[in-house]
Amino acid sequence: MFHWFEQRPFFFAVLVFIFVAFAGIVEVIPDFAKQSRPTVGTKPYTVLELAGRNVYIKDSCNACHSQLIRPFKSETDRYGMYSLSGEYVYDRPFLWGSKRTGPDLHRVGNYRTTDWHENHMMDPASVVPGSIMPSYAHQFKNIADIDTAYGEAVTVKKVFNTPYDVDLNGDGKIDVPLGTYEEAKAETLKEAKAIAADMKNQAVKDAVANGQIPEIVALIAYLNSLK
Amino acid sequence: MQNNARVEYDYSVAKAFTFTAILFGIVGMMVGVTLAFQLAFPHLSNLAGEYGTFSRLRPIHTNTVIFGFTLSGIFAGWYYMAQRILKVSLKESPFLIFIGKLHFLLYFITIFLGIFTLLAGYTTSKEYAELEWPLDILIVIWWVLWGISIFGLIGIRRERTLYVSIWYFIATFIGVSMLYLFNNMEVPTALVSGYGSWMHSVSMYSGTNDALVQWWYGHNAVAFVFTVPIIALIYYFLPKESGQNVYSYKLSILAFWGLMFVYLWAGGHHLIYSTVPDWLQTMGSVMSIVLILPSWGSAINMLLTMKGEWQQLQTNTLIKFMVLASTFYMLSTIEGPIMAIKSVNAIAHFTDWVPGHVHDGTLGWVTFMIMAALYHMAPRMYGREIYSKSLMDTQFWLQSTGIVLYFTSMWIAGITQGMMWRAYDEYGSLLYSFIDTVTVLKPYYTIRAVGGLLYLIGFFMFAYNMYKTATAGRVLDKEPINATPVAA
Repeated sequence: MFHWFEQRPFFFAVLVFIFVAFAGIVEVIPDFAKQSRPTVGTKPYTVLELAGRNVYIKDSCNACHSQLIRPFKSETDRYGMYSLSGEYVYDRPFLWGSKRTGPDLHRVGNYRTTDWHENHMMDPASVVPGSIMPSYAHQFKNIADIDTAYGEAVTVKKVFNTPYDVDLNGDGKIDVPLGTYEEAKAETLKEAKAIAADMKNQAVKDAVANGQIPEIVALIAYLNSLK
Repeated sequence: MQNNARVEYDYSVAKAFTFTAILFGIVGMMVGVTLAFQLAFPHLSNLAGEYGTFSRLRPIHTNTVIFGFTLSGIFAGWYYMAQRILKVSLKESPFLIFIGKLHFLLYFITIFLGIFTLLAGYTTSKEYAELEWPLDILIVIWWVLWGISIFGLIGIRRERTLYVSIWYFIATFIGVSMLYLFNNMEVPTALVSGYGSWMHSVSMYSGTNDALVQWWYGHNAVAFVFTVPIIALIYYFLPKESGQNVYSYKLSILAFWGLMFVYLWAGGHHLIYSTVPDWLQTMGSVMSIVLILPSWGSAINMLLTMKGEWQQLQTNTLIKFMVLASTFYMLSTIEGPIMAIKSVNAIAHFTDWVPGHVHDGTLGWVTFMIMAALYHMAPRMYGREIYSKSLMDTQFWLQSTGIVLYFTSMWIAGITQGMMWRAYDEYGSLLYSFIDTVTVLKPYYTIRAVGGLLYLIGFFMFAYNMYKTATAGRVLDKEPINATPVAA
């Protein structure tokens, strides 16, 4: 039977495709049909948090830090409640990572503060003696790309119906406002100021006072949102 | 054989890809060794500001080695051996030569741009699919060009039956096409919203679904870049070099179709204990173990091809390279399934055992096989003997030592780390803080870095030997039938 195919390249290729695609059809498709639903309390990222998430991606923090707590006692003791599928529904892309050179960060917002992150990113060994993480001092100088984050929020709202400007739990309040570009800019700067108030770096404080948001501020906003 | 004598082959495209295999091999492995040293000596990570950190360099290492070095080797192998197996020359079709050259040009531009965009921080963060959407489109274009080359050459062939290697090349083309397209579905944000950077995109899938598609792709990128096309190479080059027939045709069929059917199921083993459904995790785990059969099928078929001719190991360095490659293929395809067993995975996942596993496969199997293939091709492409046998031998032993240092240190590191993460004291509290599990690994990171360095030095020897062969090797008056001629 296979002999026949070996003389007919077209049909051979078709047969290979069927063999190869079979597993994907069985494994991947069913999970898509059953769309994952958000866990109660899971909200879309604000524009500032999205900008921070993009800094996290740009500097490939996921190369060394996972965001997936496995259901083992040792992990829930160390990091908190194990991860649930519904917590990730607004994560595009997912950031589970595949290697823990550093600890898991899925609930880092529960036990680290703005101040801790500030010191950690500038000089990791100052808060964790023996750390092999490099310094990310450039994040204090580089300005976060808020426009791209706004563009991303608008895109996911339009294309995937991510619930921005929506009252999620029926209490009459909009949970995550997005609004127009100007409104989003103003809201983002307000959030950034709240974070910069907890920071010590004078250059960062000055930048935010002047309406510019350094990457570190956005990154901390994102890390604080991981709970 | 008469046919062969008449056909004059065109090696321009194969030579171009041989060049990029060496170039991107050096770049990718140098970055890899840098990363290894950065983990052992963290201060090295801050020498070049944001452009020198471990995290920024890591995707450059993986992309350059997988898509720069390995794919170049595969394409070089294709443009060389397809003409011979199909008994047709590229010279007979100006169209296919043009397609081949365009394929090379676009490929080269993509990898080049890939290195710089990753350095600048443009990444989608999905492992081995980091390149942003404009580069993804370029990749699809040259992949289709390669498809035209495959089916074009097959279309004008003189040999009716397709040899085993061609099966594997067709499978590579189809498998990667499907996986790549699905996993890289993304929406460019600036095009939809009108705001921000035009390079930025978001994934079509979110959260758990995104992870599922990513590891269905990620694992099978290993299948269809590191396994299937490399088997295509060994099925041609080992019998050719040793002058022996492939041991069993039946085993070839069984191993090929078995691999095609089983491999794709195994992606789920990257997601054990994650939030994907349990049945998927179990399926990934079980199918990974079944995968031993077709993998060992081809490896055993290769080793038995040497039956009765084992003395060639002593006389022919290229046979040594290929037999070692097969052996490492067997090692990593038994190691993978072991790691996919749920209870083992609970310890191994997220640890250094994972890069250890990847590297005994890529250093021992993939790179050894590609270097052997290029060594075999060089005298026939350039009409010259391999420049130095002693350099080749030294390279072999240096790199073998490097691999052993690499995987043994990473096995110990991974298991140590996994055990320490879950250790409790007698009062039921965690015994170690996370940083304890980091500092204890330092000696292993140093050993790994040294292993990597030895391997890199061996690769430089390979590059030098290839360069000298092309420019200064002793001229051959006629093409050797099998065993590659090597100067003393």
